[in-house]
Amino acid sequence: MDYSKLQNLAMNDNGFIFDPASGYSYTSNETGLYIMKLLAMGKDKDAICQQLMEDYEVSEDNFDSDFEHYMLMLEALGLVEF
Amino acid sequence: MKKTYIAPNIERNSAGNMNKYGAKSVVRHQDNIEGVPISQLVKDHGSPLIVLSEAQMRKRYRRLLDVMKMHYPKVELAWSYKTNYLGAVCNIFHQEGARAEVVSRMEYEMARRLGIEGKDIIFNGPGKSPQALRIAIQESALIHIDHLDELYMIEKLAREMDMVPQVAIRVNMDTGISPQWTRFGFNYENGEAYRTVQRLLSGKTMKLRGLHTHIGTFILDANAYYWAAKALLDLAQRIEQEHDVVLEYIDMGGGFASQNTLHAQYTPGEFASPSFDQYASAIGNAFNESSFVSKNVPTLILETGRALVDEAGSLISSVLGKKNLPTGERAIILDAGVNTAITAWWYKLKVLPTRSFPGAYQNTIFYGPLCMNIDVIRPAVPFPDLHFGDTVVISPTGAYNNTQWMQFIEYRPQILLITETGQVELLRESETLQDVIARERIPEHLSKI
Amino acid sequence: MAELRQNPDLSSLDITIAVTGLKTGDNPQPGVAVIRSIRAAGFTGRIIGLVYDSMESGIYLEDLVDEVYQMPYPSAGAEAFLARIEYISSKRKIDVIIPNLDAEVILYIRLQDELAKLGIKSYLPSEECFLLRDKTKLATYFPPRGILVPDTMLVSDVSQLISNKDNFPMMIKGRYYEAYKAHNFEEALKYFYEIESRWGLPIILQKLIYGEEYNIVIVGDGEGGVLGMVPQKKLVITDKGKGFGGVVIKNPELDEFAAKVISLFKWRGPCELEVMRGYDNQNYLIEINPRFPAWVRLAEGSGQNQPAAVVLKALGEELAALPPCKSGTLFIRHAEDIITDISVMGEVSAKSELIRR
Repeated sequence: MDYSKLQNLAMNDNGFIFDPASGYSYTSNETGLYIMKLLAMGKDKDAICQQLMEDYEVSEDNFDSDFEHYMLMLEALGLVEF
Repeated sequence: MKKTYIAPNIERNSAGNMNKYGAKSVVRHQDNIEGVPISQLVKDHGSPLIVLSEAQMRKRYRRLLDVMKMHYPKVELAWSYKTNYLGAVCNIFHQEGARAEVVSRMEYEMARRLGIEGKDIIFNGPGKSPQALRIAIQESALIHIDHLDELYMIEKLAREMDMVPQVAIRVNMDTGISPQWTRFGFNYENGEAYRTVQRLLSGKTMKLRGLHTHIGTFILDANAYYWAAKALLDLAQRIEQEHDVVLEYIDMGGGFASQNTLHAQYTPGEFASPSFDQYASAIGNAFNESSFVSKNVPTLILETGRALVDEAGSLISSVLGKKNLPTGERAIILDAGVNTAITAWWYKLKVLPTRSFPGAYQNTIFYGPLCMNIDVIRPAVPFPDLHFGDTVVISPTGAYNNTQWMQFIEYRPQILLITETGQVELLRESETLQDVIARERIPEHLSKI
Repeated sequence: MAELRQNPDLSSLDITIAVTGLKTGDNPQPGVAVIRSIRAAGFTGRIIGLVYDSMESGIYLEDLVDEVYQMPYPSAGAEAFLARIEYISSKRKIDVIIPNLDAEVILYIRLQDELAKLGIKSYLPSEECFLLRDKTKLATYFPPRGILVPDTMLVSDVSQLISNKDNFPMMIKGRYYEAYKAHNFEEALKYFYEIESRWGLPIILQKLIYGEEYNIVIVGDGEGGVLGMVPQKKLVITDKGKGFGGVVIKNPELDEFAAKVISLFKWRGPCELEVMRGYDNQNYLIEINPRFPAWVRLAEGSGQNQPAAVVLKALGEELAALPPCKSGTLFIRHAEDIITDISVMGEVSAKSELIRR
């Protein structure tokens, strides 16, 4: 999986994300931004899940399907490549 | 202290989808119904669950009557059975003093079961069978005639039974709204209504007691009632002048809108629906301008059902699962669908979470559990992130839902009443297989597989 | 005495005014013009822009609004609206709101009591009066009272279009926005579905009146009189039918017609009359918009600062009629590109609010 595009995004803390390469901008919520930043750092799903569960009140079961779907969203938006 | 988790989400910004509330709450939550916690109701009675409020019904009934009396004092209400014919609901309105307004033999029998005498039943509708008419005549119910064949049938039965049926005729007219309900009753503008009265009186078999109209449903223009009342009163005047028959009552039917919002309506119901006062003053103005009224003071009857009971009903439903649609919208699958809340097809029902949620909202569409594409409880609204087992309250759902509900693939849920003192009473048990197959027969050769 | 009449002076007013409708561009909303007029009356207090979309161009103007908040669409309902207004009020107390979009006016009228509890005032018509000007009502209320309105039909079913197929061309309109000239049944059918999907039913079918169109911006006093009235003739019309240039005219007959309309239904607050002077030399009332038009600066420019007057009336102040307007005053609309950083858009779209100063 290729996360290099994420490294070029301008993200502000409010969840506003600007992609200077395409001109598109995005709005993400807090957890979306959190995950994206970890992805950009090269963390894998397990690492992200571990860290997220330390910071947020969530079970692994609940997070698992959300994460899968979030990845599909990022792929659909062309921000990650499988 | 760990932070509250919300499912991760991202959306591309583009002109047209730039209306979001990233940080702040626009969705309030509702955690109780009339003071009874929803969590408790679900724990004790399961899900889905239809909950009705006795206090709301009585309050709205009294308010409508009070407001109407301020404009015209001689007014009576008739409870429209088709809106909600649970015995307890009917009896709440009967205790308040309402007559029964029925539109079929089944409803007629329901009213009689509750002890309502024939003379206090208004029998409306286009489909009255000879058998039903016979009983209604026998018991002196007020029969509102819809078409000429019905009139002939009543004449025939009256002669056979040697009784005088108590009748009114239903009139339709142009009140400036569309669609105009010309399929019911006799038309005013083309003179059909008056000719029918002439025909009825010349038959000398029945007693014409009043006139009836029902101009439509969910009428958002209160003024339409002014024109309708004016037409009926002018007709009553003419009947008095030319036939010396003084009618006792003018039945304005129902059709008052609730606070629901039609799908085809841009403005939400709370801004578009007229208040009781606006309806009452429209009708009152027509009555107070009429010389027939000042001379004879007829009884004004209203049969409005939805505006009395819709807001008294809520449907509690639980999340079975969630999905993410290719459109970027979130989909929630609830355990109650249009089988239970059929009015979702007409209205943008209000769906609220039952606890507060922090953070962002996502456009969420609510589906029911049926294997039908049309099983949509509510098209997309901004909503917090729900998980399996979370509950939502769908409202207002007190009108037409537990009369028009469908059996389709599911058992019907329990119905509860929260009484004026806050007690929870069971009005209808949830169904079991036995309820569904009790009347079914399997022929001998098909009894074994 | 006309020579003593004065425009309102808002220079000593230390309040917060909220204004909606900040979009400019090809189909401009009145908010930016209303704010400019209020500032032109010397107002130095705080102005809040209430927007629906983070791309409303007024947000990006350097010196226009002090704060911006996104609002839920009126169709989201009272709950969402009030929750949002309460939130904004908790951050910044609003004293006066001037709503500038057709679909939101009824919401501000019905919620006046709730808004008053938050200390928010406005200058709007009664609900009854507001409903009389509804496009679906105009043709029933005014003609019996001596004001001509083109023959109007409410259509909620395609079959009603078919029964009118010999009457085209006709105007076909949405309840809130959009009006098209349908030359034939097929065109009408296309517009019917377009309008229905956006604004719901019914759809308004109106007889076409051939003649000259005039627009009049008015502030009614709620008792049948007007505080100000400025008529214009559009000189530049875009392909969307929007006036991008116009001139103030002096036509006593038109003034009299407009004054009669207002006196009949006692409008309070701002409105715009669209009047067609037919080739039969009759004036026809086409529409009454329940808010200022986007060209309201022409009122200020020709001598009547109507938005400033609305601010004072909302605050409950006594106000004499505004000075007469000067005919021959011209407006011509000019578009300009605003240059800024995308982070401004980021603030609004991610946080739903923007504090500029």
